[in-house]
Amino acid sequence: MMMIPQSALPGRLIAVEGLDGSGKSTQIYLVKRWLELEGYKVFFTEWNSSLLVKQATKKGKKRQLLTPTTFALIHCTDFADRYEREILPLLSAGHIVLADRYVYTAFARDAARGCDREWIRKIYAYARHPDLTFFFDVPLETALNRILEGRPQLKYYEAGMDQHLSHDPVESFKLFQAKVYKEYLALAKEYRFVKIDSSRAPDEMHREVRQLIQDRIELPRYKWRTRQA
Amino acid sequence: MTTTAKRFFGQGLPGVDPATLRGKLIVIEGSDGSGRTTHINLLRDWLERSGYATEEVGLKRSMLVSEELEQAKQGNTLGPITQSLFYATDFADQLENKIVPALRSSFIVLADRYIYTMMARAIVRRLDGEWVKQVYSIALIPDAVFYLEVPPKVLAERIYRKNQLLDYWESGMDILRGGDMYTNFIKYQRMMVSEFKKMQQTYGFDVVNGNRSPKLVSKDLQAKIAGILGNGAELGQ
Repeated sequence: MMMIPQSALPGRLIAVEGLDGSGKSTQIYLVKRWLELEGYKVFFTEWNSSLLVKQATKKGKKRQLLTPTTFALIHCTDFADRYEREILPLLSAGHIVLADRYVYTAFARDAARGCDREWIRKIYAYARHPDLTFFFDVPLETALNRILEGRPQLKYYEAGMDQHLSHDPVESFKLFQAKVYKEYLALAKEYRFVKIDSSRAPDEMHREVRQLIQDRIELPRYKWRTRQA
Repeated sequence: MTTTAKRFFGQGLPGVDPATLRGKLIVIEGSDGSGRTTHINLLRDWLERSGYATEEVGLKRSMLVSEELEQAKQGNTLGPITQSLFYATDFADQLENKIVPALRSSFIVLADRYIYTMMARAIVRRLDGEWVKQVYSIALIPDAVFYLEVPPKVLAERIYRKNQLLDYWESGMDILRGGDMYTNFIKYQRMMVSEFKKMQQTYGFDVVNGNRSPKLVSKDLQAKIAGILGNGAELGQ
């Protein structure tokens, strides 16, 4: 295994990043539907979803066993499982892989939790960077309102309660998200994310997202060549 | 007990000042069948008889992921990077919740294998050595590492005498193609020994000849540890 793999693979990797409530999941879903319906080879993967590891993560969160370091490592394990079994082989096979959150989510959250920024980057060194990373940027207040309106029950780690920023989950969530947002802004520069103004209506945003994908990725190469059985 | 300042391999754990860790961290490394567990037990008895409080850690013993790791191992479905990180998570959980608190309370921590086994396993599975090192840069540098050296054929004989079955992973069945389990066990263990020999240069292990009677090995270990604790006179030999 080489550090930060550079060799070209036939597939293309598109990731979306942003705060909870930034609208990124809606957009990547729309991208997935669009590409599927147009007959492209597309694969979708989301953060924290490895069947194997999720069980442990769930238990750790429920029983509040996780420290910033084990939180970082267990999410890195989850990602590695999806990377080794799905993302990398599918890129090799020439698919368009869509990732709802990628390593930058860890870079932002784990740094906000006080982990060493260099260390976090290094434990993820096996993962290649996406061909295109969208950053759904929305004012912090707007993202907070979207989440706090729809779902007042915040989970312990989601609200950053492990950081002891405040005893009130809502207050803690706001303070923690502010830290994450600050990390994201620095990452957006460092990794040249494509910023999408996320304060607009979904269809308006989606037109821009589609255009960018068409400009950056040679889509016809990714059509299915076999007929459906 | 004499105290020397603890250090991390790299940047360590957020919020943990190694200067506050007053106990001793003693690691026993060696393959299955090298007598590791026997000697940990003997050392523990000996230390406790002398009034030292001890704590024990080892692989796959974390509250966080031990069950899941065991399950995953049964299915042979883990990729090498995932497997490596899963073990790292297991290690980190024990480091923060067992090793660090015990050392803070001046306990003697006996580690039945440490990061070196995980690093050797990763490297023989052709993962990048630098990467594995970085992952484990959170770990504390032990006060002593004893590597129980036993020839692979002797290891196999000891295991067969006890279990009549070699372990799938300890036989490198996931990376060696062809060959029966015994042949692969010998081959895999030789690969591991050669990684340990390389690490010995870097990390300064104390190599202990494990191919002797438990009594002799134990006496050897006790003498060395008494030296580390700095007051051997108080310890019954």
